[in-house]
Amino acid sequence: MSLWGILAINSFAFGGLLFLLSAGFSLIFGLMRVPNLTHGSMFMLGGYVGASLYQTWHLPFWLAALGAAAAMAAFGGLIERLLLRRLSGSILAQVLVTLGISFIVADFCLLVWTGDPISVTTPKSLAGGVRAFGLFFTFYRMAIILVACVVAALLWALLDKTRLGAMIRAGVDDPQMARVVGIRVSRLFTTVFCLGAALAGFGGIMGAPVLTVYPGLDTDMLPLALLIVILGGAGSLLGSLIGSFLIGFLYNFGQAMFPELAYFVLFLPMVLVLALRPQGLFGRSAS
Amino acid sequence: MTALAIHQLEKSFGGLRVTCGVDLAVEPGERRLIIGPNGAGKTTLFNLVTGELRPDRGAVALFGAELTRLPARARAHLGLSRTYQIITLFPKDTLLRNVMLSLLGREKRRWNPLLRLDAQRDLLERAEAALARVGLSAKARRPLAETSYGERRRVEIAMALAQNPRVLLLDEPFAGLSVDERKDVQKLLAGIPRDVTIVMIEHDMDVALDFAEKISVMHFGEVIVEGTRAEVVADKRVKEIYLGE
Amino acid sequence: MTAIRVALLAALAALIAVPWWVPGDYYVSVASQILIYAIFALGVDVLIGYAGLVSLGHAGLFGLASYTVAAALAGGSGQFGAILLALAVALAGTAVFAALSLRATGIGFIMITLALGQIMWGLAYRWVDLTNGDNGINVASRPMPFGLDLEVATNFYFAVLVVFLLALLAAWIFVHSPFGASLAGTRDQPRRMTALGFHVWLIRFFACMFSGLLTAVAGILFVYYTKFISPPSLQLTSSAEVVLMVISGGSGTLLGPVVGAALVVIVKNVASAYIERWNMLLGAIFVAIVLFMPEGLVPGAPRIWRAVLRWLRANPAAAKGAAE
Repeated sequence: MSLWGILAINSFAFGGLLFLLSAGFSLIFGLMRVPNLTHGSMFMLGGYVGASLYQTWHLPFWLAALGAAAAMAAFGGLIERLLLRRLSGSILAQVLVTLGISFIVADFCLLVWTGDPISVTTPKSLAGGVRAFGLFFTFYRMAIILVACVVAALLWALLDKTRLGAMIRAGVDDPQMARVVGIRVSRLFTTVFCLGAALAGFGGIMGAPVLTVYPGLDTDMLPLALLIVILGGAGSLLGSLIGSFLIGFLYNFGQAMFPELAYFVLFLPMVLVLALRPQGLFGRSAS
Repeated sequence: MTALAIHQLEKSFGGLRVTCGVDLAVEPGERRLIIGPNGAGKTTLFNLVTGELRPDRGAVALFGAELTRLPARARAHLGLSRTYQIITLFPKDTLLRNVMLSLLGREKRRWNPLLRLDAQRDLLERAEAALARVGLSAKARRPLAETSYGERRRVEIAMALAQNPRVLLLDEPFAGLSVDERKDVQKLLAGIPRDVTIVMIEHDMDVALDFAEKISVMHFGEVIVEGTRAEVVADKRVKEIYLGE
Repeated sequence: MTAIRVALLAALAALIAVPWWVPGDYYVSVASQILIYAIFALGVDVLIGYAGLVSLGHAGLFGLASYTVAAALAGGSGQFGAILLALAVALAGTAVFAALSLRATGIGFIMITLALGQIMWGLAYRWVDLTNGDNGINVASRPMPFGLDLEVATNFYFAVLVVFLLALLAAWIFVHSPFGASLAGTRDQPRRMTALGFHVWLIRFFACMFSGLLTAVAGILFVYYTKFISPPSLQLTSSAEVVLMVISGGSGTLLGPVVGAALVVIVKNVASAYIERWNMLLGAIFVAIVLFMPEGLVPGAPRIWRAVLRWLRANPAAAKGAAE
């Protein structure tokens, strides 16, 4: 019983991290129609930057996390304004550029932080845990879940209650119409790309005490973001949330119950969605 | 036997009824014109006939053959060809290659990965003949990018005719053409033999009304008036639609 | 004889003469590697350049062929049997791959192929009973066709060269056939192709199968080349590298993938001796090409060359100065 309990807790926590990863990816894809193949790299780079800020520069953990998010936002902004915007006519070109950048980032991280995985100690304020129902709940994992929920609430408020959010939703629904109505779509793209990058970077450092930061984290996380968006729908916050927790559970339980076919079990829902939805996958937005 | 029989065709997008119970019967060899204000559902009707859209209700038959269940690609093989409002040809290819692709669509050879396409003499000759019919022999080997808009229109018509259709659907063939170009296309259309039934959607009144023997006027997804040119021009409802705009 | 024909014949002669003008066995095997990846890139280009479908999961099919050979040999199979089995398994895998991926086109296709490639990697990594997991599978020996010992680098190179030339020929015939023209048509105007009577989905499916065949051939040659296969060969980075090869060389051409493969392999093997972080260099080259020469090196080079000539004509003084 306690094994399943532990798996469940870990699944919720992992789901929280996945939400931080996929919410940004989903917004970027929903608005700009570009699957940002640098997104996994931003998660990883955020982890590395945050780890350095926290462990090498001895900043308080939360400050380091915000610093990582800010750094990724800046990085994302540079990518969007200098590169993606130049290629605004061609989605494929933008996707390929993000692919090329992921190569650069991966190697850059190897250069700066070497190939050894970096373990980040849980911040003292959140060390330890509490025993209840025969299970041990670590404070940190609960903090992740809490933070993810807070971020989800903030994002929902942003999308639902602010003008920026309305513009984002309009852009996701109908970019042509949004332009016609006078929405500064290019500025919106930059904002959303920065937001997505920041979320990914934040997720990277938040996840560091649990996942560590290591070369290959980017290619481990990117397909998961993709998977969640395929299941949850592009541009849908609720879809990201539900999808993230679903995948969090599938990932952990899959690895525990079917270690050899874990990856297959993980992607099985996607395969089913593809096989059973006769109108194909994305309806409007694919081609 | 009716060349094209449309029976109670209906199509809605979400809550919007775009096609509301359309009945249309075009006789073999006829020159039918479909006119109507923007948004009347004319192109949607064409898309329903060619199979690009599935109707919610109703039936389409081509010379008695029921089309409604057939996928779009199969309808081409039964003798249906169309042109599009926005010209969508193959930009990187020569005019000749564009027409050859059109011919290939009806040939079993299109599945063959071993033959040399350029060595298919018969296709080459038929393509050249098709281009000659629309007066573009001189530019046959030039890339499409080097042609004018009017010439591309003619290439499109050449491609549609090259498939020896029994029913030809023309979606605004005169759109965007200069006065001279229009005359060229008019002559071209007038020269098409009667074994091809033509249904045309058009906005340009002068040119189109000349062409048509029978006119169907559509408004809000329905055919509201049908008749000869004289009848339609005199009809009160038609006047309302066009003057009220 | 046009200039291009002459250049191609010269290139062919150079390829055949590699063991004689290339300094040493190490570089001969780099040449083998280039040709193997060129076949892989040709396979991927069938989809990217001719079908208009970008796949980020082809390393999964590549690896499937490699693993089948290695596993079959380890299980006691003969060389010929292992190769046949690998082709069969990889083609079956391609059929499944295609059926799932073709549920979408464009960006959707990219995403699905990425995910499928990852599934293959995940299976290779975790299904330890089958694949030996991270330890990989070794291949004891290369085949000996007609008594030729392929353990010798030069002999192996010639075997690869023959297969490469056959693959290039097959691709050439494919591209210039009626089917090839149909495929290109579906890339440019899928809607019109349907209206003209073409079965667009099935055309794409067969294109995927041909692509899978070339990919499988490359995967088989690869596992004999390295005499080892392990999960990293199926990773996203491997799929991305071959896409890099196709795009940088020029998609939609036959020589583009070959040039692109040469570029990437040379950067990997040769530049890596001087530059430690060659992946960054690769990424930077790729970004530069997408920005400034999106059609790729092969189609783009004449354009750049012409621009250079024009500049030289406009600045004769500078040209003279450079000549001195």
